[in-house]
Amino acid sequence: MKEQTEKQVFKGLSPAEIREINAEMRHYEDKTAVSIEALKIVQKHRRWVSDECLVAVAELMDISPAQLEGVATFYNLIYRQPVGKTVIHYCNSVTCWMLGSDQIRERLCRHLNVEPGEMSADGEYTILPIVCLGACDHAPVVMVGDELKLDITEDAVNKIFGR
Amino acid sequence: MEKMDKPLTKNIRPDRPFATLADYESTGGYQGLRKAIAELQPKDVQQWVKDADLRGRGGAGFGTGLKWSLVPMDNISQTRYLVANADEMEPGTFKDRMLLEQDPHQLIEGMIIAAYAIQAHMAYIFLRGEYHLAKLRLENALLEARSKGYLGEHVLNSDFNLDIVLHTSAGRYICGEETALLNALEGKRATPRAKPPFPLVSGLWGKPTVVNNVETLCNVPHILHYGVEWYQGLARGVDKGTKLFGASGRVKNPGLWELPMGTPIREIIEQHAGGMRDGYKLRGFLPGGASTDFLLPEHLDVVMDYEAVAKAGSRMGTGTLIVLDDKTCPVQMVLNLEQFFAQESCGWCTPCRDGLPWTVTLMKDIIAGKGRMEDLDTLAGLTRMLGPGNTFCALAPGAMEPLQSALKYFRADFERYITANNTIKEPV
Repeated sequence: MKEQTEKQVFKGLSPAEIREINAEMRHYEDKTAVSIEALKIVQKHRRWVSDECLVAVAELMDISPAQLEGVATFYNLIYRQPVGKTVIHYCNSVTCWMLGSDQIRERLCRHLNVEPGEMSADGEYTILPIVCLGACDHAPVVMVGDELKLDITEDAVNKIFGR
Repeated sequence: MEKMDKPLTKNIRPDRPFATLADYESTGGYQGLRKAIAELQPKDVQQWVKDADLRGRGGAGFGTGLKWSLVPMDNISQTRYLVANADEMEPGTFKDRMLLEQDPHQLIEGMIIAAYAIQAHMAYIFLRGEYHLAKLRLENALLEARSKGYLGEHVLNSDFNLDIVLHTSAGRYICGEETALLNALEGKRATPRAKPPFPLVSGLWGKPTVVNNVETLCNVPHILHYGVEWYQGLARGVDKGTKLFGASGRVKNPGLWELPMGTPIREIIEQHAGGMRDGYKLRGFLPGGASTDFLLPEHLDVVMDYEAVAKAGSRMGTGTLIVLDDKTCPVQMVLNLEQFFAQESCGWCTPCRDGLPWTVTLMKDIIAGKGRMEDLDTLAGLTRMLGPGNTFCALAPGAMEPLQSALKYFRADFERYITANNTIKEPV
């Protein structure tokens, strides 16, 4: 339903998005290089990259939507489905796994009543797995939005949600 | 001189979040760059780093000075690029994050000197998208470096110009492979490129490009400032300088320490990491990240040198140990590693794209009690078919390292699942 609404109101990329994307272009020899930044800029403004946005970015880059889709789907941090206001990434790589990341995942998912990859019913959160966050001396770790949370316990999970 | 035995971490202190430009300058920061620009020709800088015998800290251990010296320099007007590989994503590895977050100017100075040595006028920092704090600190440090004349037009009033652009990635392990990284920087899918031509000759947009790891570049200012002889004197073993070593898992004091090259593994695990947590015994360890072979307690006296660890049957890799305790099932641990590699395979070449999911399926079946003894032969066969020489890049061979050594050292654990249908409880 939400996607449908977006489709009807999509009027192209915003001037701010286009300005930010164009500003990145001077850093590279070739404007195709901005593809990933462009997708991240769109995502910063809209949380995720819809089909309409993808086509609009491809036009700006002078590449085919198929080529850009190949890029968008390749990278873990580009979302091609709606996500919640805050994305919670839990590390499931080796050290975090050893020290209880499965339990952390279950706790997170149970709290929001979702499976990994799903958005909570209120649209606030999406839970996703992520590979090693480079903080193995403080495992297990999760990343809430941009913020790394170290030495996560089951109690700390409650704190994420303000309880 | 200040804390000369720990050049990489001398500015990293618990009483402050990170070293500011003033902090960095107060301990000799940017002196190496001043010397390079004022006194040395680019070729001399290459020679210093070659003489110091600095080897790449990203895992492969290729000679840094040698790498620089292979860049074609005859046509001075040709575009050349330098790239700092800050895409730290090897499971169990957390060393570059500390350098990036807590002493960002060290990397920037190393990059400016490296760019001077190969006469590159544009450099990129390829940073993991997840390293948000590092991004903020680097952005700020780049602005500071520009305003102080270390970066931009006429670096330190010389005729050398350099700009550094911070690129944040969108997350994929394969981006750490240098040719895949170049494709990612060009805005493409990060699949590796065929070599030759090597990036040193034809890299970013077909131009000569040097890709160096963050920790490698952080060594460079000190070599220039304090000299080759001092640098060589830091080490205890065959390889030169210091290195960030770490340990994670069920040790008492997981962490990261700058220690001389050639430090025995026993010292890292028993002294610095404080040994195993109470109630746990050391069963084995991966010496340098997920893509290195297991070693056993009997290897504790092996020293952290590239050749010494290789002789013991593994690789020093990133130098951050992942410790396996006696209550974690090694088979399940390897399954976790193989799931990572299967997920992160770029899908470009068949052995990796198909072989890694097959490995995962077989291991899941074994753990679920549906395995047969022949499956162990199939797994052993896969370690050969996905091994060096059969794949496009080092991802799959790296994935096979923990598996092949687990089959050798922990075979009884695999067999127990098969013969007794004995599903060991998940670690708590």
